[in-house]
Parts: sequence; C-alpha cells; structure tokens
Amino acid sequence: MELEVLKTVAAGIAIGFGAVGSAIGEGMIAAKAMEAIGRNPEASDKITTLMFVSMAITESTGIYALVVALIILFS
Amino acid sequence: MELDISLAPEILFNFGFLPVTNTLLWSFVLSIFLIVITLAMRFSLKTIPGRWQLLFEVILDEGMKLVESIMKDEKKAKRVFPLVFTMFIFIVFANLIPFIPGQSALSIHTQNGDISPFRAIMSDYGMVFVLTAISIITIQIVAIIAHGPFGYLGKFINLKSPLAFVLGLMDLIGELSKILSLSFRLFGNIFAGEVLGLVMLFLAPFIVPLPFALLGLITAIIQGFVFSLLTLIFISMAGEIEVKEEKKSKACVNFNN
Repeated sequence: MELEVLKTVAAGIAIGFGAVGSAIGEGMIAAKAMEAIGRNPEASDKITTLMFVSMAITESTGIYALVVALIILFS
Repeated sequence: MELDISLAPEILFNFGFLPVTNTLLWSFVLSIFLIVITLAMRFSLKTIPGRWQLLFEVILDEGMKLVESIMKDEKKAKRVFPLVFTMFIFIVFANLIPFIPGQSALSIHTQNGDISPFRAIMSDYGMVFVLTAISIITIQIVAIIAHGPFGYLGKFINLKSPLAFVLGLMDLIGELSKILSLSFRLFGNIFAGEVLGLVMLFLAPFIVPLPFALLGLITAIIQGFVFSLLTLIFISMAGEIEVKEEKKSKACVNFNN
C-alpha cells in the first residue's frame, strides 16, 4: 500500500479505538451525576460543575488519541 | 477537498532573527490588554464599588474561596492565588478570542502563500508547553521546599527495599507524565475544536456548525478552569508533608490520568 493510504487508515484506527474508553467513562459520569441530582435536587449546581470538570479530565485520553490521529494525518 | 490545517502556527514576519507567528502576536496583544484592564481597575478603586468593580470583586472573591477550600490554609492560598488565577484568566480569554466573528475572512498574502493573521492562541503547542513548564517548575519548587532537597530526592531514589525502589521509579514517571497530560489536554481540546469547526464549515456552511461552536464555547471556559485547577491541586499535593501517605497516593491516582 502507499504511504498516504496507510496514514489515513492509521489515523482512523487511532481515533476509533481511542474514543471508546473516554466515551464509556463520560457516560458513566453523566449517569452517576443524573442519579445524584435525582436523589438530591438541591445540590444540582455543585454536581453539575463537578460533572463538567471530571468529564473534561476523563475526556483527555480521547483527546490524546485525537492529537495522535491529527499528527499522523497532517504532518 | 483542500483543508488548510497545520500543527505549527503560521509565520507572519521576521523580527530580526525571531520569526513572529500569529499566535505569538496575539498572545502579546492579549497580555497587554489584560495588563491595561488590570491597571485601569487598580487606579480607579473606590470604597463604594461601581458596576465594573463589583463584577471584578465577585469573580476574585469566588476564585479565592475555591483556592482556600483546596489549600485549606489562608496564608498558602494567598501565596498561590495570583499564579493560578492569572493562568485561568489568560487561558479563558485566549480561548474566547477565536469566537469574535469575521476572523477567518481575512488573510495576508506572503511569499509562503495566503495565511490567516488570526489563530487560537492555545492551538500552538509551544504556547501551551510554556504554560505547563511554569506550572510544573512551580510544583517541583514547592515540593523541594516542603520536603527539603534530600527528602525530595529520597522520594524517587529509595534503596530500602526492591519494592520501594520500583515505586520510586513509578513516582518519577508519574512526575514526567504530568507534563504530557497537562499540556496535551489543553492543546488537544482547543486544536481539535478548531479542526472540528473547520471541517463542519466545509461540509455544511449554514446552521450545522452552530451547535459545535456552542460546544467549543463551553470547552474554552472549562479547559481554562481545569488547567488552573489541576495546577492548584498538584501544588497543594506537593506541599503536603507526608503524614497521610495512603490518602495522598489515592488522590494521585484520581487526578493523574
């Protein structure tokens, strides 16, 4: 195969597999946060902020995969 | 299909031997803007606050409350607050600049082809790396002051038992991985946001890119918050004297992904 084709396939595989883990993690965070808000609606402000922060941290593994994919594609 | 995406920022002109890129130019403009606002605020302080002074006071007060709740010590919190809060303000403003409309319409003609004079500041890895270097160096200095130079080295090179030696090496790798995880999180989010916006504009120019722009707006603020919050947590962890060893290593696992 040519180098260009290999690069495209590699970038696709990298982001495809990299997105799985962080997607599952973010889903779990959202589910737990919803549960907590349902149980204690007064605390929803605090929980929402904490949820966004922990989601941004969880997301980072997915972002690493994306950075790797972009580096493979554009450099 | 020709998308104009590059990892490195575009060089606008050469200032002596120093190539001035668009991100460098805009980071200087932003710094001057923030300094001017700060000085203007500083010299117009009143006992009875006006509308703008009240806004700034509320923001500063909330930030100080958060820093105090994490450092658990008012004196330490006052010492670390300027660094962390400046990082927060700088990153948030740097991430919000690309949302001022009309930027991608302009381009400058140079010998390297047409280049855009605007670019998100944090989508330049050099810029993000410098910010990360500041926070990592601060963390190490705090750790050295808290443990003393020999205690600090003893954390990494431990010859009491084979297990302690391996754990020390893991600590060393953990410290090094902080650099990558802090910088890649911010850079990746902002750069990916730029690329996503560009691809969406290319596929469907109307309406469709709007939700992605909204997501980008949320990301811009949250990433600035997360970067400074993680710096704060790392500093407070580095400053702890090792009494609660078990609790500390747990916190390490939670925030060191």
